[in-house]
Formats: sequence, structure tokens, C-alpha cells
Amino acid sequence: MSASAQVPVPAGRRTPSRHMHGPSALGGDLRRFWALTFTLARTEFKLRFFGSALGYVWTLVRPLLFFGVLWLFFTKVAHVNNKKGPAEDFYGAQLLASIVLFTFFSEATSGSVRSVVDRENLVRKIHFPRMVIPLSVVLLGVFNLTLNLIVVAIFALSAGVHPMLSWLELPLIIGFLVVFVAGVSMLLSALFVHFRDIQPIWEVTCQILLYASPVIISVVTIKDKVSSTLLHLYMLNPLASSFQQFRHAFITHATPSAGQALGSWAALAAPIAIVLVTFIAGFLVFNRAAVRIAENL
Amino acid sequence: MTTTIPRPAETQPGSTQLADTAVAIESVSKTFRLPRQQYSTLKERALHPFRSTEYDELRAVRDISVDIAEGEFFGIVGRNGSGKSTLLKCVAGIYGVQSGRIAIAGRLSPFIELGVGFNPDLTARDNVIINAIMLGISRRQARERFDHVLAFAELEEFVDLKLKNYSSGMLVRLAFATALEVDADIFLIDEVLAVGDAAFQQKCFEEFFRLKREGKTIVFVSHDMFSVERFCDRAMLMERGEMIEIGPPPEIARAYHKLNFGELPHEQADQPSPDHGTAITAAWFENSTGERVTSTSREEALSMCFEVRLQEELLDPVFAATLRNELGHTIVVARSDQHGALSGSFRSGETLTVRFGMPNWLSASRYTLTPSVAREGTGADALALVEDMASVMIHGGATGGILELPMNIRIDRT
Repeated sequence: MSASAQVPVPAGRRTPSRHMHGPSALGGDLRRFWALTFTLARTEFKLRFFGSALGYVWTLVRPLLFFGVLWLFFTKVAHVNNKKGPAEDFYGAQLLASIVLFTFFSEATSGSVRSVVDRENLVRKIHFPRMVIPLSVVLLGVFNLTLNLIVVAIFALSAGVHPMLSWLELPLIIGFLVVFVAGVSMLLSALFVHFRDIQPIWEVTCQILLYASPVIISVVTIKDKVSSTLLHLYMLNPLASSFQQFRHAFITHATPSAGQALGSWAALAAPIAIVLVTFIAGFLVFNRAAVRIAENL
Repeated sequence: MTTTIPRPAETQPGSTQLADTAVAIESVSKTFRLPRQQYSTLKERALHPFRSTEYDELRAVRDISVDIAEGEFFGIVGRNGSGKSTLLKCVAGIYGVQSGRIAIAGRLSPFIELGVGFNPDLTARDNVIINAIMLGISRRQARERFDHVLAFAELEEFVDLKLKNYSSGMLVRLAFATALEVDADIFLIDEVLAVGDAAFQQKCFEEFFRLKREGKTIVFVSHDMFSVERFCDRAMLMERGEMIEIGPPPEIARAYHKLNFGELPHEQADQPSPDHGTAITAAWFENSTGERVTSTSREEALSMCFEVRLQEELLDPVFAATLRNELGHTIVVARSDQHGALSGSFRSGETLTVRFGMPNWLSASRYTLTPSVAREGTGADALALVEDMASVMIHGGATGGILELPMNIRIDRT
């Protein structure tokens, strides 16, 4: 005999108070949000790390190979950047630093494009804040970036770069870049649910951005070739300003800082504003999509 | 209403009082918009900027209202596409609802399926911890409970084996054990017990009863009438997004079978209600020593038994027992008038126990017993019939056939 089968369930002496809202981007519990993001990123990191015999080495091989090719080409074949002036001191270290930063940008953003769709089974089976997914991809990128920057530091120190007080700026510059990457990642992953051609479009965009940022071609070279207005426009690209500032602060003060390249420190407000707008737009778009993401997959 | 399978420790102190509501579902509807022409690329959108997308509306859940009490084991059954999983996802917060509201008292488990997020390339240790964090436990708690999870799943020796090398049964054990560690008052479970060997299933059942004793609320979606009848206090039948019936599980199970297999051959439209007239008061399976069993191994003789309370004088009534397997196929129909035998005459008020003993050649599966009593004659004039009143699980290897008949095997060379 089952008692509760007979007794009509009462309308409730204690009415349930908590209303179930649909899925959301952030959820209510920030601690859980962080724990989830960290766990997902850590898992992916671990899988890459221990998944193959050489583990972490593979994560480094790509930027290093790319660096090797470019470095050989520009210093030995093309002589483009061969000791033009003090700004090109430690060209190798500058190049490697930019490549590592750009690798972080392109891996994190490209990785997040498919992230929500690829984790379909989680999204459809578990109630959790959706934004965890793209942000965990970004966090994974930060893990890799940290390791790669250690390699860059070793390379720079062995090339003769001296530790400087301006190294204290580095967390700020990286933080700036991370906010930008997070904004782009949220935007792309939310858009990809509806527009599947975001992926090839983004691949091309990344290629363009590689040349539209001071990775291969340094700001000093550009400065000589184009008008200052064009240079200022170029520096509006948050990648350009952050990479350049990184080179300035980390490797040599001989290369101009982002502020100098932009004309004035106040002009730095422009790339900062672009980053903030990207982040807010990404957040809002993702937030709006989060409610229906499980249904639209 | 009589249920046939003894339910251990089911009488909770609270069950006689009015229970609090744990989940209140108020006229909830959920409609999916399915675009007729899916524009899934920016290019298409750019080429047809002003063509508005037309949608087909799929009303997956239509105006469902139900209150689920605290400590209740609530079953949702229905055929594929009936909207039961959608409803569960709405309760879990995975889908937002179109209209109506869902209110929850207590902590809700965030998952609806076991083992979600298990990664085949990671070891059991990593997976359990990751899964536990996904389900809302902190990393430290997850570490503390890890040993317990492994012990429950009986997988201690495989702790460092990657999940891709696990059998499906082992996976389910691990998933179930992990899920039980979640601190929640309300569990939502979509089809869980399909896999796993008999011993583990038994363990899961016990664990369900433990949850029930602890006053947890469980909402359970299943095709498996056996588990619904065994665990649920109440059940709801859904079809095409609508609630068709809500009530005691045996009735719901019957309605479900009706929905699936149409009217059953024995069924009479004007079935006498059990309160008046002749009634079947209990049904069970017995082994050769006369013990009641709910599971037994093949080759041990089995009896289909039921108890009848007569309310009128009867001459040569026909007692029958129908045995069906999990799929609803009728395997055996045993009748007391088989081979022209007569059952005799009975007075009103008598209580009889009818036993059909048989050699057990059934292949491993779950079987249900449908007892019936009819007036003398063809057996069509039924006095009482209760669908799937008792069930038994037969263990042992299965060859794939319905029966495992004793064989004389001879191979001659010609």
C-alpha cells in the first residue's frame, strides 16, 4: 500500500518558494561558476598534457616552429629587420613574445567557436551556467600562455635582456588581452550556434589579424612606411597595442610603447574602449543566447 | 490498491500526514520552434536578409500541472516523444518554459542523466572528481567522498583505468555511485537502470529505498514499468505532451500497456471493481520451497500464485494466469480448466489461493503475472483481472530465445 498514492497531494502547507528559471549564462552561484570553469579547463589541459608522449612539448612546438621559420627568413634571407636600429634589439625575443601572445589569442578564440556546440551533451543534460564553456576555453589558453611565457622569458634572458621594473606591467597587459579574448570568445561561441560559417570566417580573420598586429612586422618598420594617421588607426587594434606594449615593457624600451605609437597616452583610451565594448557585447549576446542554447543545438 | 511486491521500509513517518510540496508544476507548456528552412550560415542570412524564417511549432508539453510531495517517488511514463523528458528538462532548468511556472523547495540535482560529461580518455579517479564538481560538489568534498564512490561501485581495482576500457555496466555503476554523492533533496532521473547486472540493479534499488527513507524526492522518467511500479508512489502517463492519467503506479502501468499494445485480450470493459464482487487480492511468485520470490534463477521450479476473495457462489470458475515478458509478449497462459479439468464449487466469502506450478524454462528477463478469474465456460466472462500484478526477475544466461527448453542433443554421422 502506498500512502501517498491515495492521499491527494495537498496544495502545500509550505509552498515551494524557489522558482525554476530557465538556463542562464552566469547562474547564481559564482563559486560554482568558477569551480566549473576551472575544472573544465584543467581537464582539457591535463588531456593535452598527458594524452601524448611529449605532452606539453606539442603545445610549444607550433609557436616555436613558426618563430624559427620567421626568424630565419627575416634575419638571414630577407634582412628586413636586420639591425636597423636600437628598436630592433633582441628581434628574436620580440618576435617570439608576439607569436606566443598571438597564439594565445588565436587558439582561445578559435577553440571557443565550436565549444558550446561540441559540448552539446553537457548543455542538454546538466543545468549549469552556460558561460562556463567559452570561458573555460579561454582559461585553458591562459594556462598555455603562462607556460609559453616562461619559455619566452628564458629565451629573452639568454639573449641578454635584463629584468626591468616595467615587467610589473605585464600582468596588466595580459589581463587586457584576456578580457578582449573572453569577449570575442563569448561572441563567437554564441553566434556559431546559429551561423555555422562563423568558423571559416574566423579562421580567415585570424590570418588577417596576424598581419594587422605587430607580430612579424614591427611597429618601427610600419612607422617608416605609412602616415602617422594610418599608424594610429593600426594601433587601435587591441592586439596591436597590447603586443607593442608587451614588447616595450618586457624586452626593450627602445621600441615604442603603445602610447608612443598612438601619439599620446590618452589615446590609449581608444583600444581600451574597444576591448570593453567587445567584452560587453560578447557578454550580452551570449547572455541572450544562453536561455535557448540547449534547444537550438 | 494492492501492490504485490513487498516494499522494504517504505512506511515513512511522514506518509500518513500531508506532505509538503517539493516540486510544484503549474500549467506548464513548452513549445519548440522548428524553422522550416534553417538558415544556418551567415551567407544565407546575407543573401536573404528580409525573408523571415517560418516556424513549425512543436508543442512538446501542454499545460501540465502537478504537485510532487516531499519524499515522494514520482514516475513519469509515456512513449517516445510523449514529452516526458522535455518536462523533466524544464524542471531541471535546462529548458525554459513557455508558460506556467515551476517552483522548487529544496536543492535540486542539476543533472538528468547519469555519467554526463564522463571523458573516456581520463581515469575513473579523474572522472569521478570532475563529474562531482559538475554536479555541484566542491573539489575537496569530491576528494573526500571519492573512496566511498569507488567502494559503492565496486571498482576499487580499476581506479586508474581509463574509462574507454570500462564495460558499459561498469560505467553505469560509476555514474550512479557518483550521482548519489550529490547533495540534493530532489533528484531528477531519466532512464537509469537499464544497464548493469542483476546484483548491481538490486543494489541500486536498495539505494533508491535509502534515498526514499531519507525523505528525498525523486522524479523518475522511464519506459520500464517494473521499476516504476516497484519504486514510485505515484505516476503520471503522458502522451503527445499531455497528461493522460495520474495515479497509483499499477494503474498507470496498465494504462501504459494499453496505450502500447491496444486493448489486451483478457480485458473486459465492464470489469467489476475490486470492492464489490469477486476480487484478486494478491499475486506473487513462489519457488519450489514455497518461498515468495521477486527474483530467481532459471531451472528452479516456479509457481504463479494469486489469492482470490469470492463474493458469490461459483461453480467451476476458470482461474487463469498470464505470464508476459518485458516486451509485453504473452509467454504462457495457464488455465485451471486446461485438459477439461474442473475446479469445483465455491461459496461466497471464501478466500482461495491458486497456484500454477511449472518447470522454469524461461530465459533471463523480467516477467509479469496477470491473474484472472472468470465464470465457467470460455473464460471470457471475467469476474476479476489485474494486469501485471506481480513480477519476477529470472537470472541466468540468455540464448536470445524466449524459452530455454531442455533439449536432447544428438549428432549422428550419416
